[in-house]
Amino acid sequence: MRLIAENLACDRGGRRVFAGVRLSLESGAALVVTGPNGVGKSSLLRVLAGLVQPAEGHVAIEGGDDEATPGEHCHYSGHLDALKPALSVAENLLFWRAFLSAPDEPACFGLAPCDPEAALERVGIGHVADLPAAYLSAGQRRRLALARLLVTARPVWLLDEPTAALDAASEEALTELMRAHVNAGGMVIAATHQPLDLDPVSTLRLEAAT
Amino acid sequence: MAIADLANPTRFMALSGRLLPWLGIACALAFAAGLYMTFFVAPDDYQQGATVKIMFLHVPAAWLAMMCYSVMAVSALGTLIWKHPLADVSARAAAPIGAAFTFLSLITGSLWGKPMWGTYWVWDARLTSVLVLFIMYLGLIALWRTVEDPIRAGKATAVLTLVGAINLPIIKFSVDWWNTLHQPASVVRLDGPAIHPTILWPLLVMALAFTLLFFTLHMMAMRNEVLRRRLRTLQLGAASARTATARPQAAE
Amino acid sequence: MSGPTPAGTWVGALFARELRLSVRVGGGALIGVLFFLAVITVIPFGVGPDLNLLARIGPAVLWIGALLATLLGLDRLFQADRDDGSLDLMLMAGRPLELVVLVKCLAHWAGTGLPLVIAAPVLAIFLNLEPLATGAVTLTLAVGTPALTLIGAIGAALTVSLRRGGLLLAVLVIPFSIPVLIFGVSAADAAITDPTPFLTPFLFLCALTLVASVVGPFAAAMALRFSSD
Repeated sequence: MRLIAENLACDRGGRRVFAGVRLSLESGAALVVTGPNGVGKSSLLRVLAGLVQPAEGHVAIEGGDDEATPGEHCHYSGHLDALKPALSVAENLLFWRAFLSAPDEPACFGLAPCDPEAALERVGIGHVADLPAAYLSAGQRRRLALARLLVTARPVWLLDEPTAALDAASEEALTELMRAHVNAGGMVIAATHQPLDLDPVSTLRLEAAT
Repeated sequence: MAIADLANPTRFMALSGRLLPWLGIACALAFAAGLYMTFFVAPDDYQQGATVKIMFLHVPAAWLAMMCYSVMAVSALGTLIWKHPLADVSARAAAPIGAAFTFLSLITGSLWGKPMWGTYWVWDARLTSVLVLFIMYLGLIALWRTVEDPIRAGKATAVLTLVGAINLPIIKFSVDWWNTLHQPASVVRLDGPAIHPTILWPLLVMALAFTLLFFTLHMMAMRNEVLRRRLRTLQLGAASARTATARPQAAE
Repeated sequence: MSGPTPAGTWVGALFARELRLSVRVGGGALIGVLFFLAVITVIPFGVGPDLNLLARIGPAVLWIGALLATLLGLDRLFQADRDDGSLDLMLMAGRPLELVVLVKCLAHWAGTGLPLVIAAPVLAIFLNLEPLATGAVTLTLAVGTPALTLIGAIGAALTVSLRRGGLLLAVLVIPFSIPVLIFGVSAADAAITDPTPFLTPFLFLCALTLVASVVGPFAAAMALRFSSD
């Protein structure tokens, strides 16, 4: 499977944020998007997710499900955690699993979704499953948001500043999750300032043009 | 908001610039003829006296209030389906004009109502419908003014305009139904078959004059809106002339 | 991956989640009923405690109270999901957004509209309504308030990105809710005084609810898609 973006341009509020971005990513590879603040890293991920219509160019998935849009092949984890404080940790996770997953998914992408309990254990918050999400710390909320990526299978992970609010140990655990996803044949596109210890990894640097 | 966006509006600006004086002259002539006929051709009503002449303002204003909404509904379709850059400009320019005509229709209706019904306001089906239309116009304008990004604002109001277009007949019908329930006798009937030519012709000429006035104002407002958007684009460009271009480096 | 999903699972999950959120801490389910009670309590102070007058205007007062309670509770319908990023995920999942909106509206109605309907007979006692009139008002509210929620969803979707969209939502939506109010009150009134049959306005009210259940989700979904840009 291959994710291709041709000549992408994006406008926000009548202003051209970036133009002429092209990228191509194979199954089992990772891409790090870097660049100074305000250069459009988040916008690029939102365009890839299909949340923002590109002003020019297009995004395509080769070898995926032809019925689905490229965005439907993606998990998106942005600055917001998409958690409801009034629901318990398990309720939050189970809702997203029910909402996002389709029954034939494992066969579809060759990636197996994880059991909810196992997913919470893997991100290290298995002990708080029955607590309301309101009681979680910022780092724990982040991990719960990441557990969502594990319980439904999507070949492409779009991660916007995934290490925000995470300490060094959690960062290492996150890298481990990404490595496992890439090794299983998934793709990771992360917008981050930190170097990612993944293999193979390529870098897309967005530069502010003068 | 790039070059493709300005190509069409540029042609529009050139064309409308040439058309506008002629439209203005035609409008002035139609008003001169219409007002002359109103005051010197149309007879006074044997009961209402000279107050019946308010009708020659009231009825065209009410027609225009409806027509303006149709223009906005068509423009909304243009925004949502064909994504035409001028459609949004047209809808946005039409809204305040439509609100003004609706307001004029309410004011003249109320002034006409005073000698006829003895009070400035009656919850008559016609007046009530126009009042609802007025609130809808103001709601649309408010939505335009609260959403900051003009493109997003245009799309949001287009959705609301279309919902309004679907709902207006329902509202009209239900208000009529409500009215017959509460006050069975209809007060004014203008659409009777036996309207005399000495009233009909001034009315039609005035309606033509109002329509021309609408198109003149609409075109002027559209030109203003195009200029306003160009100015905004220029200001945004001046604020940040920053465009990123990027190439992926080879995987290591 | 939207193709062969049995719709039941995610629809049920969404409905359950929305309902849970509306009855738990921070949800608006009870506040709507309290607001309804407050409005009904204020009315006699305005028009005087004349029981005959109250009985005459009672159905209208209950309807206007329910209208306001419904509309003022709607501003967070999509905004809460937008603020915490849930809306992005819902837009990305490839689920038909019209259906998502419809399910959210039904759950919202079950959480906030249904309590209003249940409270109406109790509040009708304050307004000196006959048992028959009480039944008629409750029935019309049960049929008509879903229409208000569905129409209001359009306003909620249009004002989803605005900080203080609550009042604007009401302004935008009130013109569209006039027909619902007219036929709801007419049907309720017809049950008390009978120059008109009850069934005619009542069937119109049912028709309005059905129309709203089509127009509302479509228009709201369209507005939500545009707001995500």
